[in-house]
Amino acid sequence: MSRVLIVEDSPTMVQLLVFIIKKLRDVEIDTANDGANGLKKLSEGRYDLVLTDINMPLIDGLKFVSLLRNDRSNGNRDVPVIIITTEGEESIMEEGMKLGANSYITKPVNSQRVIETVRKFINA
Amino acid sequence: MKQTMEKEIRNTEERAHPDAGGSLLNPQKGAEILNMLKRGAEFTHELLRENEKLRYAAARLQEQNESLRKRTENAVARSEIEGMERKLRTLTEENSKLLERFSEVEKENGDFANKYVEIEQENNMLANLYISSYQLHSSLDFNEVLRIIMEIIINLIGAEQFALFLLDEKTQILKAVASEGIDLEDIPSFTVGETIIGNAVKSGESYYSEDTAAKEPLDMADPLVCIPMKITERVIGTIVVYKLFQQKDSFTKLDYELFYMLAGHAATAIFSSKLYTESERRLSTIQGFIELITK
Ligand SMILES: [Mg+2]
Repeated sequence: MSRVLIVEDSPTMVQLLVFIIKKLRDVEIDTANDGANGLKKLSEGRYDLVLTDINMPLIDGLKFVSLLRNDRSNGNRDVPVIIITTEGEESIMEEGMKLGANSYITKPVNSQRVIETVRKFINA
Repeated sequence: MKQTMEKEIRNTEERAHPDAGGSLLNPQKGAEILNMLKRGAEFTHELLRENEKLRYAAARLQEQNESLRKRTENAVARSEIEGMERKLRTLTEENSKLLERFSEVEKENGDFANKYVEIEQENNMLANLYISSYQLHSSLDFNEVLRIIMEIIINLIGAEQFALFLLDEKTQILKAVASEGIDLEDIPSFTVGETIIGNAVKSGESYYSEDTAAKEPLDMADPLVCIPMKITERVIGTIVVYKLFQQKDSFTKLDYELFYMLAGHAATAIFSSKLYTESERRLSTIQGFIELITK
């Protein structure tokens, strides 16, 4: 069973991503509504993949990636991270990758692209 | 051989007719022997002729045999060639049939691949529509409904600048109640029947600009998209998009479907949340009044 964490403040996007990803086999999905909550969940349990939005209150996606990659005490420090950027925001995507994200998908999301990207990191 | 024979006969004749000197045989006996030898010679001649004929016949037979053998060989070769030609024709036919089938299968493969892409797109669209309508009807709080509509337009359509207008039915004025990427105070009101926005609301027909590039500078009366929100034929407001995050060649099928869904579902969600909020407000007023008079 692969555990996936979706860090996203928009309930509509969370619903859509859960709806798309839950079709995969042996996947358990958990959600967090911002970066701070995401870091908290990552410090508590084991995860195999994280998808994170960029524009979020409190701790945004870029800060979230940076904090996670630099937190030596976090057991999920090296977990694969996919960032969700808005179409046309290439600079943010590049920055996210520099900070340690492993891949990215763009909004509006395409379900096939989400599935393909998620499958690069987990067996589902 | 023939010459040797003739020489022998002559010698014998000479011995049978000695002209002088004493004879060894009597003349009659000699003639008989001579005769016999002559017959022998003739017989030998005949044998030789016969032999010659036979040799000639044998030679001809051999020739015939040779030619027959050649003809037979030719015939065998011809029939073999014909057989091979037949086989070649069959194989060529089979080959062209296989090639035909191959191109049919290839075409079918292409069709399946296209169908698969279509189904995936359809799937994606249905997922978006399902989640959007589910979310739209998940709340009866007016502000929450507005927030959900905004979220859908930002995240699922990819709009960067847009506004939601509600219609005041008495004054026929459209007033912005929510916006993204533009300050709400900067958005003017529009009168029904005037400008692109007012006309779209009057007709109830959605407006799509020909290209999806944002107008520079921003003209509030000249949007990319204007979607009247309707409950049956009654327009309650409109969604107006000024700029998309990413310039597209054209709106996608998903964009049109989402706008179409929003035209109906956003309208009912806004309408019912307003009614609910109003009835809640009235209820609390009544409750307050009752409390006041029963105290
Ligand atoms: Mg967000």
